[in-house]
Amino acid sequence: MSTLGVVVQVVLLIVVAPYLVGVMRQVRARLEGRAGAGAGQPWRDLRKLFRKEPMSPAGSSWVFVAAPAVLVASTLVIAAVSPFVATVSPLDGVADLFAVVALLLLGTVALALAGLDTGTAFGGMGASREMTVAALAEPTILLAGFALSARVGSTNLSAIVERGQQSPGAVLSPATLLAAVALAVVVVAEAGRLPVDNPSTHLELTMIHEAMVLEYAGRDLALVEFASALRLTVLLGLWANLFLPWGVATTASAPALLLGVVAFVAKVAVLGAVLAAGEVFMAKLRLFRVPELLAGSFLFGVLAVSSSFFLA
Amino acid sequence: MTQLLYLICGGLLLSSVMVLWRRELSAIVRLLVVQGVLLGALALVLAGRLDSVELVVVAIGVVALKAVLVPRILRRVLRDGNEARETEPLVNVTASIVAAAFLILLAYAASRPLVRLSPSAETQAVPVGLAMVLLGFFVLVTRRRALSQIVGFLLLDNGIAATAFLITGGVPGIVELAVSLDVLLVVLVLQVLTARLRTTFGGTDIDELRELHD
Repeated sequence: MSTLGVVVQVVLLIVVAPYLVGVMRQVRARLEGRAGAGAGQPWRDLRKLFRKEPMSPAGSSWVFVAAPAVLVASTLVIAAVSPFVATVSPLDGVADLFAVVALLLLGTVALALAGLDTGTAFGGMGASREMTVAALAEPTILLAGFALSARVGSTNLSAIVERGQQSPGAVLSPATLLAAVALAVVVVAEAGRLPVDNPSTHLELTMIHEAMVLEYAGRDLALVEFASALRLTVLLGLWANLFLPWGVATTASAPALLLGVVAFVAKVAVLGAVLAAGEVFMAKLRLFRVPELLAGSFLFGVLAVSSSFFLA
Repeated sequence: MTQLLYLICGGLLLSSVMVLWRRELSAIVRLLVVQGVLLGALALVLAGRLDSVELVVVAIGVVALKAVLVPRILRRVLRDGNEARETEPLVNVTASIVAAAFLILLAYAASRPLVRLSPSAETQAVPVGLAMVLLGFFVLVTRRRALSQIVGFLLLDNGIAATAFLITGGVPGIVELAVSLDVLLVVLVLQVLTARLRTTFGGTDIDELRELHD
């Protein structure tokens, strides 16, 4: 019965991810006074791209071809093991915070290698920038994760979520709030949203993620786009369930799962809308100011760890 | 109640750190307002815990001074000058944020004996006050604009006030009054000094103050 939870979760994330991107674009468009293409547009784009033939640039190796698959696969593993809809799952032992972070990094590195593999100037530039951001974001994730797991005594995501449900007051402790701020900055950086990266630009001076995937076409491009939507959903979902753990099913019964699905969709949609609305009022940071932002989030991580020990 | 106390202390620490992070001086003044309100809230919570009417009066005074009066003076300084940003701190922002992390850990380490003397909910939070004092010193040492200097001084004073509240439940009312008036006077004097600095040198970079003139 508990496998049902995993299946529901994976299917839900696959269906919801492009819609989330669509909703975020729609919110942005409305706030900027445009009509917008509708929430279903990313799915229509993906369907079109999946029918087209993929092209590889001359001289690129298997790294280029394999990267989209690795990216999608690693993100799907996270979607399967993390407690998005239900905390009971046969894959519970894998749902470790550090394992999930490592899987995220695996996808990032695969795409960066593909960017280098094309040998174009933009690919290398994008890869180097992406690695810079990832290297600066990684210590923050580990520290914030440490602060969250210190209270629970385990780095298992399901354990952290269940503990959050049992003691709702703990969400308002300084350690949790600081970790929430630190992780929010990191989620924005890892998902490549403003102010770290602008997902809707192809201006060579500013793009990070888009620079790496410039050479992809057809089915491969569809996979990359789908994977980045899935990553965004996974990151927002993880943030939501770590800090607002209500509604996540703790049993594998059908009503609990249904409630979990509804709660997850609501939480992710609200977070996505808030993120998109925030982006309207924000300009992209200069690349050399990004370390400042990430150093700030690192400091929040340090504060979270120290206050989880001293102000507990 | 303890949860609320720690939440306020977390907020105090966060606002002090944000002073190092932000460059716009107007944003820094806004952070000081937030810090003044939080300090007043801290006094109110302690008044509830210790059943003291005097602390309620002190809380009102703290909010009036630190969240209303002093920020108003700072805004006037800001409006008269043409410097909206802390352009060249002696230590760049990234490094000062990392330094802040070390200062906070130092505060925790240094206040361990204090906490051990009487381990209660309030003394557990004393490191926050000490960290604010250290961060205030850090701002004083590394920032170059005259307004940032005032901000560093205020941060230092807020830290001392927070520590006093947390250790002893506030100093006697007359001392609190004297200290508050002192702070107000210092800010006013620094405001005049900043204006003089600007008319003499055209800017408020304190590195210009190398030698004495008559």
